[in-house]
This record gives sequence, structure tokens and C-alpha cells, in this order.
Amino acid sequence: MTTKLFGEPVRRREDARLITGRGRYLDDIGAGALAAAFVRSPHAHARVLDVDVEAALDVEGLVAVYTYEDLTGPMAEPLPVLIPHPQLHAPRTGYPLANGVVNHVGEPVVMVVATDRYVAEDAAERIVVTYEELPVVVGVDAAREARAAVHEDVPDNVAARHHQETGDVEPALAAAPHTLSFTQYIERSACMPLEGKGVHARWDADDASLRVYSSTQASTSVRAAIAAKLELSLDRVEVIAPDVGGGFGVKIVHPWPEELLVPMAAIRLGREVKWAEDRREHFISSAHERQQRQEITVGYDDDGRITALDVHVWHDNGAYTPYGIIVPIVTATQLVGPYAIPVYRVVVESVFTNTVIVTPYRGAGRPQGCYAMERTMDRIADDLGLDRAEVRRRNLITPDQFPYDHHLTFQDGRPVIYDSGDYPGLLDKLVALVGWDEAGALRADARSRGKMLGVGMALYVEGTGPGPYEGGHVQVLGSGKVLVSTGLTSQGQGHETVFAQIVASELGVPIEDVEVHTGDTRRFGYAVGTFASRAAVMSGNAVALAARGVREKAIRIAADVLEANPEDLEIDEGLVQVRGTPGASIPLRTVAVLSNPLRYAFDEAAKQATQFAKAGSDDKPPVAEGDAPGLEHRDYYSPIRSTFASGAHAAVVEIDPATWEIDVVRYAVVHDCGNVVNPMIVEGQVHGGVAQGVGGALYERMAYDADGQLQNASFMDFLMPYASEVPDIAIDHQETPSPLNPLGIKGAGEAGVIPGTAAIASAIEDAVGRRITSMPISPTELYDLMRNETAERTQASLQTGVPA
Amino acid sequence: MTTSIDPPQVDSERTVSVTVNGVHREATVPVRRVLSDFLRDDLGLTGTHVGCAHGVCGSCTVMVDGDPVRSCLVLAVQVQGAQVTTVEGLARDDHQGGQVLHPVQEAFRECHALQCGFCTPGFLVTIAAGLEARDAAEEITEEEVDELVGGNLCRCTGYANIKKAVRHAAATMREDAR
Repeated sequence: MTTKLFGEPVRRREDARLITGRGRYLDDIGAGALAAAFVRSPHAHARVLDVDVEAALDVEGLVAVYTYEDLTGPMAEPLPVLIPHPQLHAPRTGYPLANGVVNHVGEPVVMVVATDRYVAEDAAERIVVTYEELPVVVGVDAAREARAAVHEDVPDNVAARHHQETGDVEPALAAAPHTLSFTQYIERSACMPLEGKGVHARWDADDASLRVYSSTQASTSVRAAIAAKLELSLDRVEVIAPDVGGGFGVKIVHPWPEELLVPMAAIRLGREVKWAEDRREHFISSAHERQQRQEITVGYDDDGRITALDVHVWHDNGAYTPYGIIVPIVTATQLVGPYAIPVYRVVVESVFTNTVIVTPYRGAGRPQGCYAMERTMDRIADDLGLDRAEVRRRNLITPDQFPYDHHLTFQDGRPVIYDSGDYPGLLDKLVALVGWDEAGALRADARSRGKMLGVGMALYVEGTGPGPYEGGHVQVLGSGKVLVSTGLTSQGQGHETVFAQIVASELGVPIEDVEVHTGDTRRFGYAVGTFASRAAVMSGNAVALAARGVREKAIRIAADVLEANPEDLEIDEGLVQVRGTPGASIPLRTVAVLSNPLRYAFDEAAKQATQFAKAGSDDKPPVAEGDAPGLEHRDYYSPIRSTFASGAHAAVVEIDPATWEIDVVRYAVVHDCGNVVNPMIVEGQVHGGVAQGVGGALYERMAYDADGQLQNASFMDFLMPYASEVPDIAIDHQETPSPLNPLGIKGAGEAGVIPGTAAIASAIEDAVGRRITSMPISPTELYDLMRNETAERTQASLQTGVPA
Repeated sequence: MTTSIDPPQVDSERTVSVTVNGVHREATVPVRRVLSDFLRDDLGLTGTHVGCAHGVCGSCTVMVDGDPVRSCLVLAVQVQGAQVTTVEGLARDDHQGGQVLHPVQEAFRECHALQCGFCTPGFLVTIAAGLEARDAAEEITEEEVDELVGGNLCRCTGYANIKKAVRHAAATMREDAR
């Protein structure tokens, strides 16, 4: 078949508009709309004593000012706890506008609406808010100490205590031939999409309907939240995610205060209102991720096989918990990675701090879990004097052990049962790809140039494609155009292309005829959202099922017309034909016309379907019982549980002992996401993930001072990798299809980022012979570590004496 | 040289005349209007994107008299009389009613050098300006590639395919120059 496109590196269909400046991002919409700007808290923790807007009222062009006092009904109540969990015993969320207390710098206090953003900011600048400062909690250690409380009624700062165990860990540890205990830290970074958040709202008073555009990863749920908060019937609200300039997790959180306040203002003013987040706002009022303190105790035998693992994580959730304990759960459950751990106990204490909220950032807790597990492997190898790859190999789940049940409960409330994989295969490929066994020669070469070289590796398993469901709708028009829609949103993953590939392959039509729409509640009202590498798995399978439904109907109708046996029919290049009988065919577009019995011939093609043209039995109704007019089908994919993708990364770092600059000179990725729809796009996802992984390992951190002021809230100071910081990446693929879904696919979106911090920490430790216990690490920190006489040396370095 | 000028009021206005993508455009705007907002809001050319508004990310890059410029750091009044090229102006008329993409646009599509596409206009304009300023007949070096992509931020692609696209575009332009 010529239309088999599944698995091909098809060029992206979204690119034509994006490379010519015809993309339609949030701030490109609504020219002439009123602009909103916000007065945000300059304090990390304070009581709001007074808001004086008087001076702003003189600003020409000011339209409205809103404070908490102006919020009514559900808008005056706290924002929703999106994902409740029984172990989240003290959930706390903010208000759309501060209600008496602010809990982090950047929390919105006043919304100003004016004729344009310049004027709105002029007015916002003149508003005087009087605060009474309160004690501030910054960092997990301060939160644990609880000398001050973020929320008065949560004196220990603990929002949740998440606990899972697969056996009795204490006796298992006591019986272990060897044990090790250590503590390590990982710091905050953030998604930092190049486009910030943004909302545009238009109220049609005559129609009593609201149209909202939001740069979101979850338009259907934003819609539901707006309807609930603004007390509108769901059918009067539509939400559309236009072109979205990157998400990486931050835009899955909703409703953001602005997503409610902008529509509220649009309704009250009867005018279009827009807010486009600026970069500083994004730093101080969106979301961050990753900060944890990890206390690990591991028991193992003489061969390095783990017998018991006990992990206690202190997780910084920031000021509020709108996204529940998803990140802690993901860390807790994905920590075990590709390894068979006989007895495992994990406790994650999720603590409040007076900082920006912590919600999923690409990886969503997995990079931390991987960092815990992989650094544990490195410790065991070092303790026993074994090769780090060998220790990993001895602990891997083997291909004959699938499905492998970890006896844990995942973020979707379902069991962590790995569906398929070949982890020894990944490791073998990685060792070959990076040249692991030739590290000695690389090291000697670097030494001859006065550099220190180290290699490191990290393996991961990533639960992808969690439910509950996604849906797809496929419709063939009389023109032959195939419309595909799914409610899930896109932020650059190429969904217009991959879903078109899937539908074109399933239906047997040229991809040029397929048009994909995502994230538009007018087209598809039921969806969950884009997160957890789930789009291809969930919506990919949903649109495939919908296409199969259309195909079945098309063949049924065509069989009738062609007087053929449906089993003898096939669809290729948009033509339904009798297999092996050239000429016995009917175009799919004609089938689409015939599928809708007509009275009126509105165009030439329609004549074929009108009541006097169409042959049919007088004994049957034109639309058969149980049938419906139109060549379309809607279907849903709801998985029994998540799929589990996997991979292995290795990094080679070179360190200059004069400057302690850390240079990643080689980076290797072996990747398994099951069947691949578009290898070009998957590779692009890996590249981007690795860049974020390198950023998280070496450059990016949220530098809060003790007062809760974010010291680096700009691209001048928060160091995201430019091209010069990203190494060349060697990629090898492995495909172990998932048995759980019709297409055999697993997600690929987050994979690239997960093992970066662990692999690079391992490589640096290998190079310098000092224990790396806190990531990211800067040249200055490495210098300090090397000068610190009490810094722990690795066994390997003590034995070889190198490096000194 | 010391020039004494009256400090303009933020709400004072000037009429700015520029040639944008070969078309004469004029608008009366407050003197504090930055070029990126002028292009986007006053002229309706929304292809130029603002990623940071402090001159670091490069998403807003446009050409002013052929040189790449961060339009978020330039006031509209500063480009009075200049030739401005935005991403919308990179393609050329094919004289048959259609458009021919610039080689760098073609290369971005061919090499999957964009994902969300938000930073893309800035990369395209920066790279196009750089490629046009060099001798197209010369084979491009890795140092040149690094230089051309090194000043813009992208959060999606990890840059590998952007570099590939630069090589691809340079090769196309070299072919065309022969």
C-alpha cells in the first residue's frame, strides 16, 4: 500500500505556517483587546493589610481594577486541588487574587485592565499595597525544621506523607551482607517554554457565550474549571489552545488565576481582554520543579545485587499543592527503574515553602527518582570495586520477567506493572554506543592534555500514556478531506503530523487529505490533557480506533454500491476497491456523500445521495437502524494501565582543573518507546530532552535567597543551554512494542531529560574522584568541593590515587 | 557629542515611517513603543515573537537594514526610515502569484529544526541575515554554524537539527551561487 505512513519520518505538517510567521500563538490573537496586568506580591510571606488603588485611577486608558474584594461566588473560594489523594492530608491552594495573605513572591494581588499593556502596567505601578511581613520558609531543610510555618494551620509544613512499600524493609536491610546510607540533593529548575502562559477571552453577551483561548496543555479541563468558577453552563464556554509555544508541564496546571480572572473581566466589561505573561512573571508566578532531599539506605550482596532499598525523600512542593502529590508519587514509583528490587520502601514527605509552586516539569519526578536509584548503583559499584555497568546488569529485570509487577501504585492509581522491555539489550547497546569499555584510553588521552575525564551512565523506565482516556473523531467529507480531532492539546510535539500519519495509514488515504485539530473544545469536548508522554499512546490509539470505525463503515457502504463482499474490499489512496479487480472501485469521498441520505442537492456531488437518485430497498429506512448519517466515527482509548518506555544514557565529561569548567564531550542515548510512529519526531524529542537534562545537571537552578526572593528571575541570570552547551548526541533505538494498546506504542516526550542529572553526576564523580551529592553543580561548586579537605573521596580514587 | 533634548513624555507620540518587508508602513505611536510591539500590535505582523523582552532569547530578532536586531530592545522611533525584514518577509515572490521560501525556511522544515515554533522566527531571521552576509560560494564551517545559532534560545530542539538546517541552507545557497 502506498499510504502506509506509520513509522516513516514524514515532514511536519505544522511547519509551513510556523516558518513563515503564520503561527497563531496566544498573543497573536485578539488585536485590540483590552490588556490585563497584575500587581504581584513582592514578599514571600506577608499579610495584605491594605490595597490603595487611588493613584491608579488617574491613568488615562485604565478600564478596571480588581482585588479579592471584587470576587464573588466560587471565584472568592480557593483554587481547586486538581488531584486529591488520601495521603495529601493538608492540601492548600491560593485564591485567584490574594485573600489576606501571600505565600510567595509573585502571587497575584490586583488585576488591572486597560487599553493596552503599557497603560495597564502604568496603572499597576501606582497601586500601593501595604503588607505585614511574616517569617519565610525557603528550601526543604528549613521546611523540615519548621521554625516557621508557611500555612498557619500546618505547623510542621508537611502537606503529604506518601508511603509505599513492597515488603518488610528493616529485616531485609538487617540481613543484607552490605549496606550503605547516604543523603543527596537535587535543586529546582523549571519548564521555561519560550512562550509564557497567556489567556484571551471574548464574551458574546447576545449569545451568552464565552470563548477563551489559553496557552494550555488541558483545554477541556480549563473549560470545565471556568464554567464552574464563573457559574456558567458548560455549553456556554469554549476553550481553545491555539499554537502553544512550548509547555513541558507548566501549562498542564490549571486553572491558573489568570485563566479565571481574564474571562471574568471580559464578561463584566463586555470587552475582549487578554493577558500574555512576561518572562519575569513566568519565573515568579508559574511553576518550578525538582527540589528534593533524598535519604537512601540500600542493602546488597557481595555481587552487588540489591536486596533491600529504603528511601526517604523530602520534596519541596512550594507554597501550594494544586497538582496534588503527583510529582512525589512519580518519584516514589519510578525510582526503581529497570531493576528488580526485592524489598522496597519509600516515604516522600511533601513540604510547603514560601516559593513558587512545584508541579510537573518534563520528567515530573522521574529525574529525581532516576538520580536516587542510579547514584545508588554507582555507590554499590564503588564500594565493591565493580564496574558500574556490571552492577547495573546484575540488577536488571530480564526480558523473560515481563509483565513485571513492582507491587507499587502509579500516578494513575493503577499498578506499576511493566508491560514489555529489554533492559539488558539497552545496556549492551549503550556500552557499545558510548565506548564504555574504552574509557581508560579516553581518560589517558584527556590526562595528556591536562584534563580530567569521566564517564557515567544512567538507566530509566518511564511510565507513559496514563489514562483515564483520550478520544478521537474522524470524519470524511464529501470533498475527500479527512477531518481528525482529539481533545488533547499540542505544544510542539508534531501531533498534526503523527495523528495524520496514523489516520492515513489506518484509513488508506493520502496524508495530504488529512487535517488534524487538537485542543479545541468546539471540536472535541472530552479529553484529559497532554502530559506524561501520553499523546501518542492515548490520542494516537484513539484516532486509530476512530479511523478503523470509519473504514468499517466506508467498506460496508461501498460493498453495497459495488455489490461486493465487504471482505474483498480495501481502501488505498482514498479509493475503496475490490482487491485484485481494477476498475471495481468507488472514491472514499463518494462513499462519504452516499453515507448521508439527502433531500437537497446543494452541489454536484450531493446529487448522488438525493432521494430520487439513490437506489435502495423500499423496505428499509434510508438510515438503517443503529446507523447514523455521515462517514464519521468517534472512539475512545482507555488503557488498563500505563505503558513503560525505557532507555539508557551515558555521558563523557571533561573537566579543566584550571577553571573547573565541566564539558560534556560525548553523550549517548539508547531509547525504547515501543513502535515508533515518526522516527524524526522521536529523535527531536530526545534531542530536546537531553538539552534540558544537561541544563538541569550543570546550569539551571532557581536561586532563592533566605527571604524567598528569586535572585535569577531572568534569562540573563537563569542559565538555559544555548547551542554551545548542548553536546552532540549519539542515538540508538530499540523497539519493544507495548502489548497494551492496538498500535504497540509507548510515549517518548519526556525520556530525553530523565537520566541527564544522574549520568552527568556519575561522570563528574568518575573524573574527580569526589562524591557528588548535590546537583546541579557549577564550576565554582566543583572548585569548592575539590578544595574541601573533608569532601568524601570515592573508593576508586583512593585505590588508584588518581585523581589526587 | 552632547545633544540637549527635552525628555519625551511617555505618552508623547511620533509618526514612524519604515519599510517593512518591502512595503512602506507608517503608524503614529507613543515614543516608548518598542519595535517588537510596533511590528506586532501596530502593523499586525505577529510572526515576530517576544520570548523574554530583555534581549536574551532572540525570538524577536528582525533585520534592520540587513543586520539582525533584537526588536524588544529597540524603540520603534529608532528605526525611522529604515528597512525592516521580519520572518514574514523572508520568502520571495515567485512572480507567478506564489512565494518561494528562503533556503533557511526550507531547511528548517527539511531538517525538523523546529518543534513548538515560537523561537523559530528569531532563528530564521538571524541565520538568514548571517548566510546572506557571507560568501555563499564558500563551504560553511562548523565555527560559522555555531556562531549563527549560538545567540538564540530554543527550549524544544536541543539545537542539533537547527545546526543541521544551517548546514543544509548554506549548501543550498552554495549550489545556487554556482
